[in-house]
Amino acid sequence: MISSPKSGPDLSGGGDAPRAESWRQAVTNAVAQPVTGPLLALVVIMAVFSLTTTTFLNVGNLSLIFQQSVVIGTLALGQTLVILVAGIDLACAAIMVLATVVIGSVAMQGNVALAFGLGALACLAVAALNGIAVTRFRLPPFIATLGMLTIVTAGARLYTNSRSYPISSDWLMLMGSGPSYGLITFSYGSMLWIALTLALSYALTQTAWGTHVYAVGNSPGAARLNGIYVNRVIFSVYTLAGLFYFLAAWQALGRTPIADPSGYQAANLDSITAVVIGGSSLFGGRGGVAGTFIGTLIVTVLKNGLTQAGIDSLYQQIGTGILVILAVGWDQYFRSGRQS
Amino acid sequence: MTAIERKFRNTGKLLSTSLLAAGMLAMPQAAFADGYKIGVVEQQLANPFFGKLQAAAVQRAKELGLSTMTAESTVAGDAASQVNGIENMINQGVKGIVLDPGSASALVPIVKKARAAGIIVVTTNTSLEPPTAADASYETDNFAAGVLIGQWAKAKIGANPRVTLIDYDLSDKTSKARHDGFLKGFGLSETSKEIAGTALTQANVDGGQQAMENLIAAHPDINVAYTINEPAAQGAALATKRAGKKVVFTSIDGSCSGVRSVVDGTIGATVMQFPSNMGRLAVDAIDKAVKTGEKPTGVNNSGTVLITDQPVAGIESKDSKWGLANCWGE
Repeated sequence: MISSPKSGPDLSGGGDAPRAESWRQAVTNAVAQPVTGPLLALVVIMAVFSLTTTTFLNVGNLSLIFQQSVVIGTLALGQTLVILVAGIDLACAAIMVLATVVIGSVAMQGNVALAFGLGALACLAVAALNGIAVTRFRLPPFIATLGMLTIVTAGARLYTNSRSYPISSDWLMLMGSGPSYGLITFSYGSMLWIALTLALSYALTQTAWGTHVYAVGNSPGAARLNGIYVNRVIFSVYTLAGLFYFLAAWQALGRTPIADPSGYQAANLDSITAVVIGGSSLFGGRGGVAGTFIGTLIVTVLKNGLTQAGIDSLYQQIGTGILVILAVGWDQYFRSGRQS
Repeated sequence: MTAIERKFRNTGKLLSTSLLAAGMLAMPQAAFADGYKIGVVEQQLANPFFGKLQAAAVQRAKELGLSTMTAESTVAGDAASQVNGIENMINQGVKGIVLDPGSASALVPIVKKARAAGIIVVTTNTSLEPPTAADASYETDNFAAGVLIGQWAKAKIGANPRVTLIDYDLSDKTSKARHDGFLKGFGLSETSKEIAGTALTQANVDGGQQAMENLIAAHPDINVAYTINEPAAQGAALATKRAGKKVVFTSIDGSCSGVRSVVDGTIGATVMQFPSNMGRLAVDAIDKAVKTGEKPTGVNNSGTVLITDQPVAGIESKDSKWGLANCWGE
């Protein structure tokens, strides 16, 4: 972290040279942190919306932004894992939607526990299939999951005959509820999102498995030479991502208590956008869930703020696109700067 | 390139042989045209709207003693499967084709070819670009549907309207027609100050919800909403309900789920469209053309009915009970 602010920018005093040096070093380090870029972007965007609209900066709206981030945020956690091993999952939201309609349809028969279990099973099974396609059959992740996206989307529509299922079970809607204080709601869904972010951050930075994930993402060849079972790690990553998609499905039902096979079409790419804006590298091995957390908030804040500012939705999409490019550019600039 | 040319050449050869064969076979039976074959080309049947349309066309053909062959696209906008289907139908010597085009432009060349082979082509649900590329079209007048809910909403809300429009991609013909119709019916223009804000959605529940959450946070005084379809309306209504706001919702489609939302008051009024009318009218038009030589023309409205339990004076409507008896899908 940045050292004492007292050592401030007044760098002319010769006697302070070592301290100034360490201050500069600290700033350089902070800027080079992958999280710094996204965080700065988030602050700037929020400042702009706060100044240009009268409604953005109030606790009710900030609480709303959090609620709106939860589903994409949880999907993006799974997506981060996949991207860290240099993969990509184009089907994440489709898998989540499959789980919601399985849960919705089975719960209609009255057995909520069975519905919940089958939803989890569906997510894990499809995600594991992705893992098998990528590891055993060596398909490029882009192709494997693109195929899965089509299959799962059509499968969900066939399964439901394109109807949607209203959800009435309190357990299934749990993630949408939670204590609220005035305009602020702390939904269980957002608590779960934060808890999952912390847990995954711990797993990635403090466990051997986490080290292996980064190692495989950096260089599968080198990882293999170091005795890491590369395919096993990649398979574990895709399957674990399925667990996140399932939890995202639970959160989605809490937020919108209708299991709709045509829902969340934009979420597949939104989750990737969140991960990329959050500073993880699509080439694998670099990044993490803290950045993804912020990236998710950026994606939601943009939609929320631009709608409130009355900006045409097409400009919103252009704005998001520019941000993706800027985020990657920023990251690239500092990374290459540090390496050279 | 060459493969495609060869394919067309083969098709052409097959076509001429089959036409010749059909002509020879048809000659002794020319006195009665019954029992001929028509083709029904639909979009992806996973959508109950298209399923209903196809079933109605096939059923009507059966009633008239015709045999049918069917083809469908696999995903939205998939014109290639439809082109293949029409090629097969031309080869099979159908006399008419009911087509729900997955693309307004991509199907024009194959339709031209079919018509050159003497086949009557009638589009349903949406027309080609230009509409005269087919003989005729039977579809919902989406602009008229928009006008209906616009007029109803204006009468319902009275003074001080604060309007929001929850759209789908406005480069889509249907979406644009509904949007413009609503503005016309309400007496608004794009820049009217009565419009608090607008949002683009994927025309589904979660999209409608998120759009309305953002809009209502910025404009808590919104009191009337146009929505592109009923799922978007249901999502948006969820947002206003949670925010403790009262907003009058209007929509278009007439699915059974949408009509149930009219029953429980979530949606104030919706306009029903009639996929089964489209299929029936299209088959009837083909049959008439084959039997009498009188070809159908123009873009014909297959019907729009305002469904609401809060009728207003001067605007014809049916109640939700009628709606439930006539709706489509789940």
